[in-house]
Amino acid sequence: MAIVPPLPSRHVLAMLLLGLVFASALVLTRGASLEPADYVMNNGSEVQTLDPATVTGVPEGRVLRAIFEGLIVKHPKTLEPLPGSAESWEVSDDGLTWTFHIRRGAQWTNGDELTAEDWIYSWRRFLHPLTASYYAYQLWYVAGARQYTRQPEDRSFDASPTGGLWYQRTSDGQVKVGLHGYLLEHMTGEVSVTLPSNPAQKPTIHAGDQSWTLPFSLTNPASNPKAPTSAADALARCYGLESDDKSGWLLKGSLTESDWNAVHANGVLLDGATYRAEVADPQHLKIWTTDSHTLHVTLNSPTPYFLDLTGFYPTFPVNRRNIKEAQERWPDRWEIEWLRAENIVTNGPFKLIERRVNDRIRLAKNETYWDADNVAMNSIDILAIEQDSTMLNMYLTGGCDAIDRVNTNVVQELWGREDFQPTPYLGTYFYRFNVNQPPYDDVRVRQALSMVIPRQAICDKVMKMGQVPASSLTPSGIGAYTPPSMNMGSPEEARMLLAAAGYPGGKDFPPVEIHYNTSEAHSSIAQVIALAWQDELGIRTKLRNEEWKVYLDTQQNLRFQVSRSAWIGDYADPNTFIDMFVTGGENNKTGWGNPEYDRLVKAAGAELDPQHRLQFLGEAEALLLDEMPILPIYYYVTQNLTAPRLGGNSENVLDEHFPKFWYWMDDAELAEKRANYPKEFETVAPHGPPEGLYSPAQLRERQQQ
Amino acid sequence: MIRFLFRRLMWFVVTMTVVMSVSFFLMKNVKGGPFDTERALEPAIEANIQARYHLDWPLWKQFLHYTGPFNLDERGLGGNQEKVLGGVLSGDFGPSFRYRDFTVNDIIGQALPISALLGVVSMMWALALGVSTGIASALRRGSGVDLALRLAATGGIALPNFVIAGFLIIIFVFMIPLLPVAGWGSIKEMLLPGFCLGLVYAAYLARLTRTGMLEALSQDHIRTAQAKGLSPRTVVLRHALKGGLLPVVSYLGPATAGILTGSLVIERIFFIPGLGSHFVNSASNRDYTLAMGVTILYTVLVYSMNTVVDLAYTLLDPRIDLAEEA
Repeated sequence: MAIVPPLPSRHVLAMLLLGLVFASALVLTRGASLEPADYVMNNGSEVQTLDPATVTGVPEGRVLRAIFEGLIVKHPKTLEPLPGSAESWEVSDDGLTWTFHIRRGAQWTNGDELTAEDWIYSWRRFLHPLTASYYAYQLWYVAGARQYTRQPEDRSFDASPTGGLWYQRTSDGQVKVGLHGYLLEHMTGEVSVTLPSNPAQKPTIHAGDQSWTLPFSLTNPASNPKAPTSAADALARCYGLESDDKSGWLLKGSLTESDWNAVHANGVLLDGATYRAEVADPQHLKIWTTDSHTLHVTLNSPTPYFLDLTGFYPTFPVNRRNIKEAQERWPDRWEIEWLRAENIVTNGPFKLIERRVNDRIRLAKNETYWDADNVAMNSIDILAIEQDSTMLNMYLTGGCDAIDRVNTNVVQELWGREDFQPTPYLGTYFYRFNVNQPPYDDVRVRQALSMVIPRQAICDKVMKMGQVPASSLTPSGIGAYTPPSMNMGSPEEARMLLAAAGYPGGKDFPPVEIHYNTSEAHSSIAQVIALAWQDELGIRTKLRNEEWKVYLDTQQNLRFQVSRSAWIGDYADPNTFIDMFVTGGENNKTGWGNPEYDRLVKAAGAELDPQHRLQFLGEAEALLLDEMPILPIYYYVTQNLTAPRLGGNSENVLDEHFPKFWYWMDDAELAEKRANYPKEFETVAPHGPPEGLYSPAQLRERQQQ
Repeated sequence: MIRFLFRRLMWFVVTMTVVMSVSFFLMKNVKGGPFDTERALEPAIEANIQARYHLDWPLWKQFLHYTGPFNLDERGLGGNQEKVLGGVLSGDFGPSFRYRDFTVNDIIGQALPISALLGVVSMMWALALGVSTGIASALRRGSGVDLALRLAATGGIALPNFVIAGFLIIIFVFMIPLLPVAGWGSIKEMLLPGFCLGLVYAAYLARLTRTGMLEALSQDHIRTAQAKGLSPRTVVLRHALKGGLLPVVSYLGPATAGILTGSLVIERIFFIPGLGSHFVNSASNRDYTLAMGVTILYTVLVYSMNTVVDLAYTLLDPRIDLAEEA
């Protein structure tokens, strides 16, 4: 008998381990090294999504502005609206109806023509309750939009689309037709459904002299679980389809209780899984087209910044075919699939090539973009570095050409460099008072606490980046609006006010608790303020920091006395700050309310004359600053470090930058730029190629010169 | 051995059930939710979002939906039954609540190989460095070499790796521009993070090896081997090392699980898209599904590594009988 040598198990284990190493190395290095991009910027964190309808954050906006394009784009410095997907636009005399002329010949990356229908689809989807959009309220200026987002959903229908098609003869002889609790449009006369004898054929619905043949047959549900099981089901599936012969099935509106007991007040008619993103009630939502390239929108009240909003990333369009094809191909996970780099369809200056979580987003120039002639960069990398020191190191070693923030610890080293020029932008750092809680219900107390805050010292010693002490909620720099200034007072005045409120010398004043989210900067500011309150007013202070999400919860539920806050403007208009504090507003979070304030904000919303409108807003803000439910501390400045050679980029009040315009200057242009600095700056490594990188249009222009 | 594995498997089921339910309910009880932002939402919009992610369901139902194997939403048992299976037990960890364009499976699929490769690289060099210095220390016990190596090991344990990383970056990136400061994809980019990550493990391994070897060298069978005139090399490598490495092996189990799942600090400093950052970020973002996903992954890894270690014991020390242990 032959002796079988024992299996060398030690070796097997070692081999397995080695195999694991090689396997993972293989998986990992598969496409791991990309060619370096023309331009690399840091985004500060991983984006949450690239679906324009559900984004909220600044990092997402940076990517979306590169890959999508709204009706307008903004000038990189002045932020004036420039033609984007809309070639031109006009507004009616009453300021209510906007007409946009969609650019002819503009394309999606899948070759589809860009049409006005794209906005109908995208904005309905954006506003639709099933889209679960955070920013839906940004379009609530559109007539009917608020009701549209707020409609209760019929989830039972969503779950089992087998309910009844119904009709009802009313006393005046008309016939109402509906499905579940919803009334259908264009249906008069007797309604009947003809079910074909052969179940494979399509049923027909007759109403008066009209008839519709459904695009589905009623095949045996057992053999095809996805087939409609009833006429109503089939009808439901028709709903939301685009071709003209089915438009008659769109909803007309809701029924009253007396009409139909079992109906909902307002509803969506959807086969949820299939048509989640489809429309509900165009009758009420005032967005419509007159031809394939003309889009009309009617607003509730004249909204001067509406045009700006059409360039704000949540209002960017999405491609219908993109979503529809994903829905057909991946019925149970299309919500993720349509956004994958290989599937997503966009209309902006760049297209998405690759996404790696927590690493980078790779973009390439979109050659089919209507203005590709003016786009210089061929590829862009958007990194997701979160650590301040890492992004600075990457920038300093040339691994990255722009970063969006720097740590206060290194600011001193960076001052005077040409690539670090902080400028004010639309953001305010302030404290909220909980005015429901004594002693903060006394306006004198609030004013006294405000008057002794060393705002200049906070800006100079703590923040160190040239932040500006705040004397209002709205920062200056918004067009023609000059914010009112609050009463800055003096420590003496503060002590008098405090005494008048019943706390002379801070006697018997309950210790203040300053609430903030855990962060070094917030803590330092709170300490400076606590010291000032102690020294000037004799008030003791406790600090309470909470982790971000807990902090939000505490603030939302008014379980604080004084809480650190900030607000960044969404658009360049004072309204973005001022309407925050209307009575009961979601972002009020102070318990404060004033009918006069609400009236002024409302009046501003309805005012056509821009001068008067700003006047109303100014009066409202003055009232707010007088009653002081908030305590403004400083205005934000941008903290960008940007490669000196980068052209087509500028600091601006929204801190928004537009990849479309970016190019690399050559040495001559860089030298010219440096010669024109308003003051002496230390020159640093300019990044980018010495010969520059220009768009085809720029190159032609340079050759001519 | 089969009986041992079978028992381990049963305990695995128990462990997973406990880990999953405890972490799920603890997590749901923490204040704040995945969709809270500085901008408070209109109640109607918030309700829409809650409904879409089933956060309006009772907790027990959310839990059953999450664990599976049956899908309870409108496409599954609760509705048209298009997709009956779902949840962790069917291999589906759900969509990430934070990175909404990816499923948890996608995210772990992208990040785990990266952390694992970095982990294996640093583990291999930690083993090489740690075990060899440990042996050297043990063989020259009390000498200057021993003292120096022990000091270095203590230093390696005491110094946090972000400090070491900072020094290394200053030296090898800014003073002598040899290596890239951060990033992932090339061998060059692996060197610094691999070194920093492995250093602390190397230090532990050196100490464990030294202790283990000292004990092994004082055993009778070693003295016998020496008396028989075997070369010192054979004595150390063939006979002493096997027994001396036992403590090292038991340390390697959990250490490997830890190192494979990445390190938050190193990943952040060197901008590596690994798994480590998800452990912390998913919790602070209240990304329920991702947090659960990485917790489950870590549990599975620790559990299986410990089992592998127990199996490895039998290879190193024939006296250990797994049937008895079980």
